[in-house]
Amino acid sequence: MDQMAVKIRAKDLNLFYGDFHALQDIQFSVPEKAITALIGPSGCGKSTLLRCFNRMNDLVENCRITGSIRIDGQEVVDDRTDLIALRKKVGMVFQRPNVFDLSIYNNLLFGLRIHRMVSGKDRILATIRWGLEQVGLWDELKDRLNQNARTLTLEQQQRLCIARVVILRPEVILLDEPCSALDPIATMRIEELLRELKRDYTIVIVTHNMQQAARVSDYTGFMYLGRLIEFGTTSQVFTNPRDRLTENYISGQFG
Amino acid sequence: MSGARVRQNIAFGLMGLVTMLVVLPIILTLWYVVANGIGAISLDFILQPPRNGMREGGIFPAIVGTFILIVGTMILSLPIGVLSAIYLVEYAKDNLFTRLIKLAVVNLSGIPSIVYGLFGLTVFVVLLRLGTSILAGCMTLAIMSLPVIITATKEALESVPASYREISLSLGATKWQTVRHCVLPYAIPGILTGTVLSLSRAAGETAPILFTVAAFYLPRLPRSLFDQVMALPYHLYVISTQVPNMPLSLSFATAFVLISLVFLMNLVSIILRAHYRRKRQW
Ligand SMILES: Nc1ncnc2c1ncn2[C@@H]1O[C@H](COP(=O)(O)OP(=O)(O)OP(=O)(O)O)[C@@H](O)[C@H]1O
Ligand SMILES: [Mg+2]
Repeated sequence: MDQMAVKIRAKDLNLFYGDFHALQDIQFSVPEKAITALIGPSGCGKSTLLRCFNRMNDLVENCRITGSIRIDGQEVVDDRTDLIALRKKVGMVFQRPNVFDLSIYNNLLFGLRIHRMVSGKDRILATIRWGLEQVGLWDELKDRLNQNARTLTLEQQQRLCIARVVILRPEVILLDEPCSALDPIATMRIEELLRELKRDYTIVIVTHNMQQAARVSDYTGFMYLGRLIEFGTTSQVFTNPRDRLTENYISGQFG
Repeated sequence: MSGARVRQNIAFGLMGLVTMLVVLPIILTLWYVVANGIGAISLDFILQPPRNGMREGGIFPAIVGTFILIVGTMILSLPIGVLSAIYLVEYAKDNLFTRLIKLAVVNLSGIPSIVYGLFGLTVFVVLLRLGTSILAGCMTLAIMSLPVIITATKEALESVPASYREISLSLGATKWQTVRHCVLPYAIPGILTGTVLSLSRAAGETAPILFTVAAFYLPRLPRSLFDQVMALPYHLYVISTQVPNMPLSLSFATAFVLISLVFLMNLVSIILRAHYRRKRQW
């Protein structure tokens, strides 16, 4: 834990929704090329913290952030931050598989066009193929790229959402309860995919499901009422928690 | 039959009856217009200017005039209306000023058309010295159409789920790219409906064009934007009230043409809507 390379470092992070103090004095370091899980009871601020890393909280009116978040040493909590570059570098996958009401092809093309990443039919197709291969969808879908993405299974849709992020070559992928709409088998397979992706990406996953955190993550943070109560390697947090609150939560005494 | 079932049947029967009460007058009016006017419809009626104090000949200049007014009104009001709605929904901060504007827009759509006519006369015809002209008429009709177009566009934009914007922004799209590719395509059907509704009204109104553009009798076609034109609703008013010994069938035929024009516009919007639904891309 001491020698890990840090990708994201949050210092004295406070967030207010109007008068409501949603994140309080967060000190948090996300290790590079590993899976970090955020757990904690509903409403404790997991999503809020996650959405700080790509500044999605900017969309919420009268949301105010103080403190510092550095990604690769670069300050994120700053009016001068280039949000477009930031969000390309730090991709996000949401709870509900929210594919665009467009073809599979166009779902992936969207980001490529926005960032003017590739041009030319052949190179676009090659990139899309690469993206779909990354999430294990190419073989299933290669013959029906023009089919509407809404016709896919939920698991396929969520994979497509991951591909839509991966294709932009991000460095960090944020996932907010990505499996809560999926059945157990699909959940397992997505977890498998995340384990493959962590070779190339830094992954932060919010989950309600403690077994999932234990199965998939290398590091775990436990949040409670807007504070990060405990952070450590997953095995340490689950087998030998330092804080009573963490212990009670993990043993299922509240949730 | 149980009591609940009986009550349900009575409720359904009543609702059906009320619906009939709404639809029946429309059908009767349409039928009356068609039955009385169809006999006078001919190619000459549509393609010839009026003759003999408008008691004979056709209504070609009025058809062209109304067509020009509709197109001109659309050119002026559609971009302004859609852009202001986009600004109000997507960009403007939710403060007192924005709320006042939104309230004003809603209330403007309830103002009687004669008020717009007087406004056009004062501002466009007299103050801006455009005279009674196509330009003044189109501007007046555009001002009248704007509130409806803005309201329809606003509602269409607001009905696009927030999550669409969220995904797009989270992928690094700019606000404008998000609006352009993830919001507008889904709002277009609603915008089209509102536009056609307001243009239909513009096509049929007499009061706004009365002092700003409409000509009593002008058989030649306009030569510039500063010309007057004849227009169907005003022509209908004129031949129904101002011309003695007018054959009634010509009035009905004129009304029939006006209704057909509005119907045609609705048809085009239906086709466009279907087209947009199919052709949505990235
Ligand atoms: N836009 C907002 N405006 C005001 N308060 C908010 C807003 N979003 C979240 N909150 C509040 O901030 C707190 C943290 O919310 P957040 O969504 O981050 O919790 P969470 O840990 O992700 O919960 P869950 O497990 O239910 O997703 C909650 O009390 C919530 O009510
Ligand atoms: Mg959440």
